[in-house]
Amino acid sequence: MDLNVDVAWIVDHLDELAYRTFQHLLLASIAVGIGFVISFFLAVIAVRRRAAYAPILAFSDVLYTIPSLALFAVLISVTGITLLTVEIPLVMYTLVIFVRNIAAGFDSVPTDVIGAADGLGYTSSQRLWRVEVPLAVPLIIAGLRLAAVSTIGLVTVTSILGDSFGGLGFFILEGYRRSFPTELYFGAIPSILLAFLVDALLVRMERSITPWARSAAVAS
Amino acid sequence: MNAVELEFLNVSKRYGSLAVVNDLSLKVPAGRICVFVGPSGCGKTTSLKMVNRLIEPTSGEILIGGRNVMSEDPIELRRGIGYVIQQVGLLPHLTVAGNIAIVPRLLGWDAARVRARVEELMELVGLDVGRYRDRYPAQLSGGERQRVGVARALAADPPLMLMDEPFGAVDPIVRERLQDELLHLQERLAKTIVFVTHDIDEAIKMGDLVAVLQVGGVLAQFGPPAQILAHPASEFVARFVGADRALKLLSLRTVADLDLKPADTPDGPLLTQDMTLRDALSEILAAGTMSGRVVDESGRVVGEASIEQIAAALRETAARKPA
Repeated sequence: MDLNVDVAWIVDHLDELAYRTFQHLLLASIAVGIGFVISFFLAVIAVRRRAAYAPILAFSDVLYTIPSLALFAVLISVTGITLLTVEIPLVMYTLVIFVRNIAAGFDSVPTDVIGAADGLGYTSSQRLWRVEVPLAVPLIIAGLRLAAVSTIGLVTVTSILGDSFGGLGFFILEGYRRSFPTELYFGAIPSILLAFLVDALLVRMERSITPWARSAAVAS
Repeated sequence: MNAVELEFLNVSKRYGSLAVVNDLSLKVPAGRICVFVGPSGCGKTTSLKMVNRLIEPTSGEILIGGRNVMSEDPIELRRGIGYVIQQVGLLPHLTVAGNIAIVPRLLGWDAARVRARVEELMELVGLDVGRYRDRYPAQLSGGERQRVGVARALAADPPLMLMDEPFGAVDPIVRERLQDELLHLQERLAKTIVFVTHDIDEAIKMGDLVAVLQVGGVLAQFGPPAQILAHPASEFVARFVGADRALKLLSLRTVADLDLKPADTPDGPLLTQDMTLRDALSEILAAGTMSGRVVDESGRVVGEASIEQIAAALRETAARKPA
């Protein structure tokens, strides 16, 4: 297959590639960061108050069903072509992943561990931060990986909001409009690599902050 | 810290119309092991958990050293009481040292004091510091986990320990060793211990006092193990302690308790002085003789024990006035 790659064009645009990669990571990080914080509190509420569990999960599910292009289009008329318009949908789409995974992480803490923590005299917030959160880390990071990868994919869609956004999606959209495959690949391939790279980094991070999980695997 | 007296005064726990603990009154003297034993649904674990307020009584009072637990701050109360639970409940993300250090850290001890205390306790329960300190619970055997659980409960030197089926999850051989170790520790520590089990043999072995509970949280009998075996207060207790209660009674005494006759039997099994009378009887019956030869530590025969003597010891134990 002839990919029709124009090497000279690529060499001339490497500085732009660096800028767009940085922008891509920035747009994704803002969304993942804000989405994580919101989801964390929703998940804590869901796990602490069982009655709130189903409504909170249903709420985040509903958000996820809204088509992204439609949402961007609608938001333009409300918030204009701004960073807010970019981030609101990106944050919304992380919620369903985060809320489910963080809640599942808290649910995965064995009841005898909770019982022991109470009996030892942890206060409820000490128990949350020193027992439940650390033990939920594997599932929280599983959620983080999914959210990061899916957000990195979605950032490319924000290129429809104009040249100031889109990260690597800028090249994809422009390459498509100009029927110039080199530019299209120039956006698509790095964005895929970026997703792989971030995922691999998160796996490493999980291993380094959950030494007990590794030791369990070795022992069994 | 010195042991304290624990007293239940007319304690009841009801959930709606369901009575889980019914008007429980008993007193555990300081430094004694009291075992709550009974079938499932007898409220033994609920009774235990009311002591550190993991469950709150519907009525009645629980007094630790004369102070009503309901007037204490529950968090402070729990940090001051050792707690060992059935599945051990070690925190899987903390090392052995981290688990033992939980209560001292919650109490705000400085790092050097915590470290010294952790090492002292690991030695006390027989865990090599260098080898085990940095291991995670998943890397330990069931028996090792239980030792860590006991060390953790002892960390802040509490006067009172609550043990909820602490040896329920280990195999019988390890359980017996852990029981022996705990009794051995208790000789030195003399804590007040409330110990919950569904196993009557464990209750008899571990308890200075045994509280037999029946379904609905009714106290069926409370007293020293020998009294419960010799004089069951009701049909329920008699059935619960089992048809072999005479043999269980024999397991409370050892060959050393007998007045040995001079040895004139040429055969007969060799019996050691620390053997329980139950095991001695079994050895004699298995050998098909009517007596056995008792040896001292060096293996020298010091006398003879017969089935009649064992039977006499049983009658004497059973005839003792209830304490």
